[in-house]
Amino acid sequence: MKQMTYAEAIRDGMRVEMKRDPNVYLYGEDVGMFGGCFGVTAGLFEEFGPERVLDTPISETAIVGSAVGAAAAGLRPIAEIMFVDFMGVCMDELLNNAAKMRYMFGGKAKLPMVVRTPCGAGMSAAAQHSQSLEAWFTHIPGLKVVMPGTPADGKGLMAAAIRDDNPVIFIEHKQLLGVSGDVPEGEYVVPIGKADVKREGSDVTIVAWSWMLQKALAAAETLAQEGINAEVLDPRTLVPLDKEAILKSVGKTGKLIIVHEAVRTSGFGGEIAALVAEEGFDLLDAPIKRVTAPDTPIPFAPVLEAAYLPSEEKIVSAVKELF
Amino acid sequence: MQLTKEKLLEMYKTMLRIRTFEMKAVELFAAGKLPGFVHLYAGEEAVATGVSASLEDKDFITSTHRGHGHLIAKGGKIDLMMAELFGRTTGYCKGKGGSMHIADVDLGILGANGIVGAGQPIATGAAFACKYKKTDAVAVCFFGDGASNRGTFHESLNMASIWKLPVIFVVENNMWGISNNQKNHMNVADISDRAAAYGMPGVTVDGNDVIAVCEAAAEAIARARKGDGPSLIECKTWRHRGHFEGDPAIYKKPEEQEAWLKKDPIPRLGAKLVELKYATQADLDKIKADIEAEVEAAVKFAETSPIPSPADVLTDVYAD
Repeated sequence: MKQMTYAEAIRDGMRVEMKRDPNVYLYGEDVGMFGGCFGVTAGLFEEFGPERVLDTPISETAIVGSAVGAAAAGLRPIAEIMFVDFMGVCMDELLNNAAKMRYMFGGKAKLPMVVRTPCGAGMSAAAQHSQSLEAWFTHIPGLKVVMPGTPADGKGLMAAAIRDDNPVIFIEHKQLLGVSGDVPEGEYVVPIGKADVKREGSDVTIVAWSWMLQKALAAAETLAQEGINAEVLDPRTLVPLDKEAILKSVGKTGKLIIVHEAVRTSGFGGEIAALVAEEGFDLLDAPIKRVTAPDTPIPFAPVLEAAYLPSEEKIVSAVKELF
Repeated sequence: MQLTKEKLLEMYKTMLRIRTFEMKAVELFAAGKLPGFVHLYAGEEAVATGVSASLEDKDFITSTHRGHGHLIAKGGKIDLMMAELFGRTTGYCKGKGGSMHIADVDLGILGANGIVGAGQPIATGAAFACKYKKTDAVAVCFFGDGASNRGTFHESLNMASIWKLPVIFVVENNMWGISNNQKNHMNVADISDRAAAYGMPGVTVDGNDVIAVCEAAAEAIARARKGDGPSLIECKTWRHRGHFEGDPAIYKKPEEQEAWLKKDPIPRLGAKLVELKYATQADLDKIKADIEAEVEAAVKFAETSPIPSPADVLTDVYAD
């Protein structure tokens, strides 16, 4: 184990896999000598050279579209899209090609590609640089959607994403980049599709991912002081979703709160709520609740952004409404 | 470039195979035997054939919604294609793709594509893979005049050029983006002029002359194989039919259509073969009969193949 930040851990995941497999390469805007807009790829250009770490023009469509072609032709690209907000520019390449080629071709294509992209608010980056768009990708069969909430999961899920033979959308949260934690050294893989109970509890299940996992864990500590023992479950990957783990936890606690930073309507929380309503209705002894951002664009001024974001306090008060 | 008798005869057969396959598809579609819709390549056969004459199995292509010609020219098997048009389990895509999504990854065919312009970045990526793996393989991207107006065109040609990727962008300028004439959708007469903006060679050739296409493509492919980067080739051509089967193409002037039918690439090469004494009319008739039999066999294969089971809808979404 080694102390690493989330950014260092994700970088280590890429580095270990690039050493292991010469077909893995990394490219995107400013990922080379500059080290990526948020520094996640720092040092990889120096270590692997310009043939495997490439700066691209500002061409999101060609970045993701060429990843599709390179993957179909046998490579394992890691493409960085500088902000998840820019995914609209290359959405067709994901929606109509990356996600569908295997199915359209009758199972005869493999597309081992990772699209890394940072999401999230909290730095007054306003409406076009702060979104949480994971639900978009979960609505497209053929894509996998991964959202690590800790440094160790960042490393292990990155390795799993690179080794996966499907297109994986790997969403990193900007607020987590500097968060430190224990991370295994060397090869380390966290399987895609396995949730993790980050805090055991018996009174209520809080499902949260990415930055909201950290908020949920903090809320759970506050609730513990007030006699409510919350279980915090991190799905870690939204597609495929570890349904069994969610139902198991709700079976234990009888109460479910879902927390996500994305806007409320058509957010992934609705999907988890539907899952439990359909397959675990009898397990519940209270209504399911969601703590989410409101249905607005993301504001700039710090006070407005704070009002927008789900917080520890909002989670605590939502939980208390169930007791 | 001196094309041998064998090469010319092979190209003649390829063009005729494409035409015969498609005219059979027209007949089957009209008879209600093919679901969905079909976009025909008829009239444009010289482009796919002339370009593919210099390609090998290791090379990649991306195709379009009008893809039958590219697939056949690159070596796609017409029985598997026909079975796919019928939506049968023996089809290239097990009945999951249809005419617009036929692919044969083992032959480097990265798919017909229903999104206009989508093949441009995909071919660029395949070419990146060729360069990265240091093979001397190349990628060819076929697309139409309409697709040359997509943003994918700009991003892909620029990326291919800065990285000197072995990709050949072949624009089949049939002068129509569905019903919209080239005069209305761009302000240049020759799409090859756009190559200059990316610092790559651009040429315009008679797309109904398979020999001219073959010569231009051979040069561009050789250049790409040597590591000298991408090219843009514009082939001016004409689609004989509507945008899709069922489109009466009222936007085409009858006199234009007639003039272009006279430039049909297949009889044109046939006449040349006879003139060069590479074939007699009897030889050409024999070729035609053989290809018709091949296509009939493909139809029989398709019609007698099993239809998918409803449970198949759930498979092939993800690789294990």
